[in-house]
Amino acid sequence: MTVLRIAKRELLSSFASPLAYVFLCLFLALAGTLTFYLGGFFQRGQADLEAFFAFHPWLYLLLIPALSMRLWAEERRSGSIELLMTLPLTTAQAVVGKFLAAWVFTGLALGLTATLWITVNKLGQPDNGVIAAAYLGSWLMAGAYLALGSLASALSRNQVVAFLLAAALCFLFLMSGLEVVQGLLRGLLPPGLASALAELSFLTRFEPLSQGALELADLAFFVLLIAAALTINALLVEMKKAS
Amino acid sequence: MPASLQLDGLGKRFGPFWAVRDISFSLEAGEVMGFLGPNGAGKSTTMKMLAGFLTPSQGSARVCGADVVGEPMAARRAIGYLPEGAPLYGEMTPSGLLNFVAGVRAMRRPERKARREWVAERLGLAAVWNRPIETLSKGYKRRVGLALAVLHDPQVLILDEPTDGLDPNQKHEVRQLLREMAAEKAIIVSTHILEEVTAVCSRAAIVAEGRMLVDESPARLFAGEPPDLVFRRLTLGAGA
Repeated sequence: MTVLRIAKRELLSSFASPLAYVFLCLFLALAGTLTFYLGGFFQRGQADLEAFFAFHPWLYLLLIPALSMRLWAEERRSGSIELLMTLPLTTAQAVVGKFLAAWVFTGLALGLTATLWITVNKLGQPDNGVIAAAYLGSWLMAGAYLALGSLASALSRNQVVAFLLAAALCFLFLMSGLEVVQGLLRGLLPPGLASALAELSFLTRFEPLSQGALELADLAFFVLLIAAALTINALLVEMKKAS
Repeated sequence: MPASLQLDGLGKRFGPFWAVRDISFSLEAGEVMGFLGPNGAGKSTTMKMLAGFLTPSQGSARVCGADVVGEPMAARRAIGYLPEGAPLYGEMTPSGLLNFVAGVRAMRRPERKARREWVAERLGLAAVWNRPIETLSKGYKRRVGLALAVLHDPQVLILDEPTDGLDPNQKHEVRQLLREMAAEKAIIVSTHILEEVTAVCSRAAIVAEGRMLVDESPARLFAGEPPDLVFRRLTLGAGA
């Protein structure tokens, strides 16, 4: 209950500033541009949304840190963390509440792209089960980006620093699966280790999800990553709240 | 029945530096303690430990019998705390923020409504009830902070400079409110205004360099001397 109250306050607060609206507009504009121009939505001549989902890891890399950066940095900068953390609530409740608020917000942004889903249904007969599964997978991946971003936000009271740290952290999880990086890693590391790193990559993990294949291992990867990042996040808040 | 507030050798260390050392006292309902001392003396650090924001490095503190480290939720429920500078969520309205805090404090609806109306009236917040806090004057912000601290009618109040930024009339109002609530609560107020101590407090504690130097009734502490002279003598040593 307390978690939901914190989440609700956080969500309402984000709509009190223009940030929420700017974020939603930018998200929709970028998602559309990437799908139609870079993704060649029409040229593909296929009634699916692969061109849309393929860009999500990159879209999130830019946009999710902008959403997560204020979660804790702003609390510490303004001192309101002292108001929050002297209420009868635990650090874990505060961390999860804030994360949930941002995650629901991302869900909203993702939900607004349903116009593409409608479009593709007008143009042909897509497999809607696959699309629904890909949406779910994308939202879960967004949660992983957010959890890492929230962790980064607890590290600094400066939002710009929090943004850059979050982007760097997420970039590491993206890169480890890129073919270029893998080629380099295979030359430097024992083959087992190089492929283990690839397993940790958002790209590797999201690819089956984006095609609608909800593998338990991939889902578990994102859930565990969220749990781990939020645990570290709570420890960081405990350590840094008063500094 | 345990004391409202019980401190035993409470201390806080930041790296090699002891901000607060070995503070012990107990406070009962009906008492108002004025916390005096130069800036950086450890007043705020002590209050932050009592409120559960900082973990003590030594000693212990109990709020209505609940240890601030061992039973933090029970201790926090019994406390109303106004942090230094009264930090608030600027984008929220007083009404929204009071609602949030009432919710987290699990106040029931009828009680919540009654207490909201009470703080709105007693702290004069009706005029700004639905305006974003960031657009309010310093005096209003401070009063919103106070409203959050007293909202759940706590048994212990920890107020860090509650009258800072208020005009003389508002200061008078807040002192009046403190005197009224003093009958059934244990209250600690930090302040730089020495007359405030004589006007409101039943005990005056002077803290310097992290240690508590004096804990007396204001009448005996100042004993007819100008308060600021006494303050200077105690905190700077006999030479000043």
